[in-house]
Amino acid sequence: MSYENEEFFAPGHGMCAGCAAPIIVRWVLKMAGPNTIVVNATGCLEVATTAYPRTSWKVPWIHVAFENAAAVASGIEAAARAKGEKLNIIAFGGDGGTVDIGFQALSGMIERGHNVLYVLYDNEAYMNTGIQRSGATPYGAWTTTSQVGDANPIGKLRPKKPIARIVAAHNPTYVATANPAFFQDFKRKIEKALSYEGPRFLHILSSCTTGWRHDPSKTIKILKLATETGLFPLYEIIDGDIEHMKITYRPKEFKPVEEYLKMQGRFRHLLKHPEYVQKLQEDVNKWWEKYGKQ
Amino acid sequence: MDMITRGAIIPDAGNSVENKTGSWRVFKPIIHYEKCIRCFICWQYCPEPAIYKKDGSEYPAKNDAIKKRITEVPVIDYDYCKGCGICYEECPVNAIEFVKEEK
Repeated sequence: MSYENEEFFAPGHGMCAGCAAPIIVRWVLKMAGPNTIVVNATGCLEVATTAYPRTSWKVPWIHVAFENAAAVASGIEAAARAKGEKLNIIAFGGDGGTVDIGFQALSGMIERGHNVLYVLYDNEAYMNTGIQRSGATPYGAWTTTSQVGDANPIGKLRPKKPIARIVAAHNPTYVATANPAFFQDFKRKIEKALSYEGPRFLHILSSCTTGWRHDPSKTIKILKLATETGLFPLYEIIDGDIEHMKITYRPKEFKPVEEYLKMQGRFRHLLKHPEYVQKLQEDVNKWWEKYGKQ
Repeated sequence: MDMITRGAIIPDAGNSVENKTGSWRVFKPIIHYEKCIRCFICWQYCPEPAIYKKDGSEYPAKNDAIKKRITEVPVIDYDYCKGCGICYEECPVNAIEFVKEEK
């Protein structure tokens, strides 16, 4: 049965206008249906959708802490298994709660083989606490803890942590990167992830109007450019077989990274320094030379 | 609610609908149904969600064929629309106008 025309996520939440995270949540829940329990790591999504005494969630939902969404999901899954109940157990975490603070719990959850779908909505910084850099912040992005000035004209000096491939190295049944701007691919991957047993991981890019500094209406346009420039490749890895990682969308002609950068205030400083833009472009080119044939 | 529920449990699932976030809006999207091709991309991408599907028999359409083929229309719920403008930006046939809110 399809629940595409039903909503399991109610309006009236406090997520910013134009935030991509609720779009991701809506579609994950539509694909999963009502027989679902959600575990939410600390983050914008948790704070802004459950301001007590109100909630936007129409499925059972629990929040515990920043670092343990995957551990709580593991426990719920073990309990469901002991009771013989078939449920979708879905954990949502932002990049802070997934690639940094919650990584240990996530690693353990996959190693123990829990039957959980973990969804990372990645807005590339700690947006909820005021735009601090995370392991998922890309090279060259301004944040409040990767400030731009004379001493550091670049912003964040280190590249983005390749979390999907790191997770895949744990041999979960299904790993994919997805982007709501590539809607059919995005929807298919959610459906596919839900159809597998065992630990599964979706890394979904989610723009942040406040932290990326862009007009709220441009959310989907910017997300689209992230993939069309090659900066956020779309792929899937089955049973941890990283050598056979399958790229699901290959731009016919790559757009230059500037097109993506110039739409966002967090990269404004970078455009004054073509050599740093070039460095980012070279990183993208290298990635595609190395993995693009897969 | 006078007292905090045990474990801070919220028993009324989806009760955030009591927050009328439409008051946040500065710009307002308006769907022109005579241009709308009923593709539902606006509905697909609304982050609230503040766009729902409704029976379209009472709404104008570009022609009868569209009405016959797709019986529903996307309708904006202004109680919740924050006016982000994603629908306006993504509409493939420019059927959505985005105007300054008058309050």
